[in-house]
Amino acid sequence: MNIAVCIKQVPATESKIKPAADGLDIDRTGLSYVVNPYDEFGVEEALKIKEQLDTGTVTVITIGPEKAVEALRTCLAVGADEAIHIKDDALTGGDALCTARVLAAALKKGNYDLIFFGRQAIDDDSGAVGIHVAELLGLPHVAGINKFELNADGLKAVAHRQIEGAAEVVEARLPAIFTCQKELNEPRYASLPGIMKAKQKPMTVWSLADLDLSAEDVGASAAKVKLEKITSPPVREAGKTIDGDTAHAVSELVRLLHEEAKVL
Amino acid sequence: MTKILVVSERHEAKVKRVTLEALGAAHALSSKEGGQVAALLIGNEVASQADTLSAGGAQKVYLADDPKLALYSSEAYATLVADVAKKMDATLILLGATAMGKDLGPKVAAKLEGAFAGDCTGLALNDEGAFVATRPIYGGKAIATVKCQQAQFQVVTLRPNVFPVHPPAPSAKAEIEKVTTTTDFSLLKAIVKEVLTVVASKVELTEAQIIVSGGRGLKAPENFKLIEELADALGAAVGASRAAVDAGWKPHSYQVGLTGKTVSPLLYIACGISGAIQHQAGMSSSKYIVAINNDPNAPIFKIANYGIVADLFDVVPLLIEEVKKLKAA
Ligand SMILES: Cc1cc2nc3c(=O)[nH]c(=O)nc-3n(C[C@H](O)[C@H](O)[C@H](O)COP(=O)(O)OP(=O)(O)OC[C@H]3O[C@@H](n4cnc5c(N)ncnc54)[C@H](O)[C@@H]3O)c2cc1C
Ligand SMILES: Nc1ncnc2c1ncn2[C@@H]1O[C@H](COP(=O)(O)O)[C@@H](O)[C@H]1O
Repeated sequence: MNIAVCIKQVPATESKIKPAADGLDIDRTGLSYVVNPYDEFGVEEALKIKEQLDTGTVTVITIGPEKAVEALRTCLAVGADEAIHIKDDALTGGDALCTARVLAAALKKGNYDLIFFGRQAIDDDSGAVGIHVAELLGLPHVAGINKFELNADGLKAVAHRQIEGAAEVVEARLPAIFTCQKELNEPRYASLPGIMKAKQKPMTVWSLADLDLSAEDVGASAAKVKLEKITSPPVREAGKTIDGDTAHAVSELVRLLHEEAKVL
Repeated sequence: MTKILVVSERHEAKVKRVTLEALGAAHALSSKEGGQVAALLIGNEVASQADTLSAGGAQKVYLADDPKLALYSSEAYATLVADVAKKMDATLILLGATAMGKDLGPKVAAKLEGAFAGDCTGLALNDEGAFVATRPIYGGKAIATVKCQQAQFQVVTLRPNVFPVHPPAPSAKAEIEKVTTTTDFSLLKAIVKEVLTVVASKVELTEAQIIVSGGRGLKAPENFKLIEELADALGAAVGASRAAVDAGWKPHSYQVGLTGKTVSPLLYIACGISGAIQHQAGMSSSKYIVAINNDPNAPIFKIANYGIVADLFDVVPLLIEEVKKLKAA
């Protein structure tokens, strides 16, 4: 089974985020980066399937700047077999659909039975790319899965998808796309030998030309959604700490919620 | 003219509140420029829900009532939305940022080569007649303002509990037009086989007006009873921090935060939760935040409107009593 996992490098979850001076990006000074947590579930699931079947390859793919190679290496270190790094300055200013067109072109070059994405990237919080790719490639998808099982014949898979108060059990014919939610599995950590081995694993670098795409297809001019600005959220001022003995504090809290906030 | 299509979503046989919020947003936008607000109702035996949509501000209801549409299908539903959007030449397609909307929105946008903006908390029309949406990014640590660059098929999902509903007009009667699915169901490559009801809290977290959440401070799973009792007294949903979920006290569907649910209730009560940045990512847009924690330095107090520094095992039982008293009054 050939499995691809699309991964993105994102600022670590505990990062302090400030808009950059031009308001068109965040200030990236001093940030540390990680593999998008939801994508780690995808990598883990791919590795588990490969181990279970004892055959196949796991390819990790990213679109990103030079630095994004670190994220690919992390995935190789936990056990992915090969990596594809797509980088091109012409990609700046694209939207999720542009990203999806590039990934779709890259995925078409491989013969993948299963393709995993994260439920969403925790930087743009868009949750769109995996589903966009599925539509562009004409493949079925299941979004936000927390349980995955391959049928014995290897032609179909059954996944559970978290919805409000319930789970949808979806059967999909392969090749198919799945976007991963927490609870799917527990991603493993890289071992020291794994990190050493990663250095020898194949790393392919592609530009847009390698994918027969041009800036007009996937760059800023193709974007249907344009970022106007990034701002900080309104600051939440710390409010009142209600002092006094507990019984008094509690009745005061209820009074404030009722009379001041008017939410009770 | 602005033509807006709201994709209606139901829970059991009732239109979801987030759909009414989307209709409210649609109304506010279309009344500025003059326009049309339509709703698309999809499902099996759903015709009776058209009245709720009329009362909520839909001038026209497209009705796709078909036993084959009883269960959600990404492909079939998206094809239907795209067909109706083309038919009415929709400028804007609005959905709730629910499990369904988050799935359908990107699918429809890709089908129509449209623009997509997800989980928006603001939506306006600028002077050029283009839609400008605001959406939290980086787990709410920043806000992006994005502009849709094209005149039609702009797909936007709206975060629940943010947009006001349109004042109900019970006598309003929308024109109803039946539409049929063009999907050949025998060719679908993904099918919902069944829907397993997880007995989660009685009120769905992402749509709840009030949420009571518990964290590691609860110390043991059985102590969640306290949180549930308080939630019951308030008619609230129950949430949990990741620490409580990872400890196995509650399933992941209860988790609020970066790798859990994003919630936007009127009132969020955090009990025994420190308020780590990843927890805040899921709840910082709550209107009012109450923190109950015995550590005065817990970060949650920095964002709480009201805080009580005390043992939650003392506070919560008293709070349950006080709330019951208030409700009885
Ligand atoms: C990639 C990543 C994703 C994450 N995603 C999430 C997420 O989605 N959601 C999430 O919640 N976290 C998430 N986290 C984890 C987060 O960093 C915190 O570890 C977690 O939120 C802590 O949960 P907690 O507040 O319940 O526990 P703690 O931080 O241990 O806090 C417990 C609090 O209870 C208080 N307390 C103890 N006893 C009492 C008592 N008797 N009365 C009153 N108060 C008491 C303590 O003072 C303390 O403040 C994520 C972390 C990472 C790295
Ligand atoms: N630049 C990228 N390179 C590779 N995969 C990506 C990229 N951006 C997004 N993805 C994938 O798409 C998922 C959803 O991203 P998003 O729609 O941006 O929230 C992520 O979890 C990744 O799996």
